[in-house]
Amino acid sequence: MKITLHVNAGERTVDVEPRTTLLDCLRDELRLTGAHSGCEHGVCGACTVLIDGEPARSCLMFAPQAEGYEITTVEAMSPAPGELGIIQDAFCAAHGMQCGYCTPGMILTAHALLKHNPSPTRAEIVEAISGNLCRCTGYGQIVEAIELAAQRLRGANTEAAR
Amino acid sequence: MKAAPFDYARPKSLGEAASLLAAHEDARIIAGGQTLVPMMAMRLARPTLLIDIAHIDGLSGICEEGAQVVIGAMTRQASAEKSSLVHAKLPLLAAALPWVGHTPTRNRGTVGGSVANADPAAEIPLVLVTLDGEVRWQSEKGQGGCKANEFFAGPMSTELPASAILTEVRFPVWDGGNIGVGFHEASARRSDFAYVSAAAQVQLDGNGKCIRCALGIGGATPFPVKLDAACAALEGTMLDAKDIAAALVADVAGLDIMVDGHASPAYRRRVAAALAARALSDARDAATGVRA
Repeated sequence: MKITLHVNAGERTVDVEPRTTLLDCLRDELRLTGAHSGCEHGVCGACTVLIDGEPARSCLMFAPQAEGYEITTVEAMSPAPGELGIIQDAFCAAHGMQCGYCTPGMILTAHALLKHNPSPTRAEIVEAISGNLCRCTGYGQIVEAIELAAQRLRGANTEAAR
Repeated sequence: MKAAPFDYARPKSLGEAASLLAAHEDARIIAGGQTLVPMMAMRLARPTLLIDIAHIDGLSGICEEGAQVVIGAMTRQASAEKSSLVHAKLPLLAAALPWVGHTPTRNRGTVGGSVANADPAAEIPLVLVTLDGEVRWQSEKGQGGCKANEFFAGPMSTELPASAILTEVRFPVWDGGNIGVGFHEASARRSDFAYVSAAAQVQLDGNGKCIRCALGIGGATPFPVKLDAACAALEGTMLDAKDIAAALVADVAGLDIMVDGHASPAYRRRVAAALAARALSDARDAATGVRA
């Protein structure tokens, strides 16, 4: 079926089977491969995107369900091609990743957290990323990366992650 | 982890959705999809038609109606979690909602979906049963509904008629002051499926005596249950530890505990007693203004 999706402030029309998940549609049809395919049943958080600004699992939504919502992927977190947004840069600076598979989900989850709460406590950060699994880092440096991003964003006085 | 093929429909009205559901034997309603989509991915569910009710007017929203707070079936769990009405009038639901999945699943998951889905470990059904709530539905034949304690029939099984769509969930609001709540869960990790959960809401008089008590257990049993005998025994007491322990014995011993690979019945029964006691003492402390 033909559907039109609002993705990263643009409009894209695709022809997909109804059973295509939003994740597979983003990756295979729209070539937005930043959302990663992990468990494909809503446990790991690697496929996290923003739906109307709030984090959601793109593997737990069929592409036709996503019509009418604003979808944001990690590709929209960078201000220009080849550049990094503030949260992305903080993940690099704090070594908030090893293999990087969970990172796009972590970045988008952090983006939504910091939009609502510019000065989260460590416990609030841990709670916010509790639905995103990382099998490399032990999470310590991910939490530090989000703390660093929060600090830089407060200083930058700009919209989160831009 | 790919769903079997199906057709997709996005009706604009409840009537249209009800007709579609009545006309297709293997149709399923999809609201937030946070349980149905993984079940389809694992091919535990293979509907031939998905009826998406997310865009039907009037199915979302939270309002007060008489002595009840009415939550539209399509209301996102995250919206209920942020609702000032829920916080003011339904403190037990407000306490339970942060335990429902994780933030990203609460952003999509719905209050009605959780109730219709009837997972034994789900928190919203537990609160609904504990507070003696009600559900309402609509089918081609018209509207219907029942009490929460008549609605849940077993794991993932309810008395919702086959061609009916859950439309709203109704939670009674307790009148007066000195109301406190407690909510506890035991699971493998935070926000995983609960092996056991306990929800308590109590009201005290000016001297600290319990005048109203609601206590429910979830996760351990095929569907959430209210411990009516314990509630009756605790009304009139000061909710001391020994009052609570004595009141729980018979009801906890009588629980129909589920058997699965995660936790033994003996463990679940022991934890049910412990969490029920903890939820009650938290509720008592909150009602008296004591912070644990």
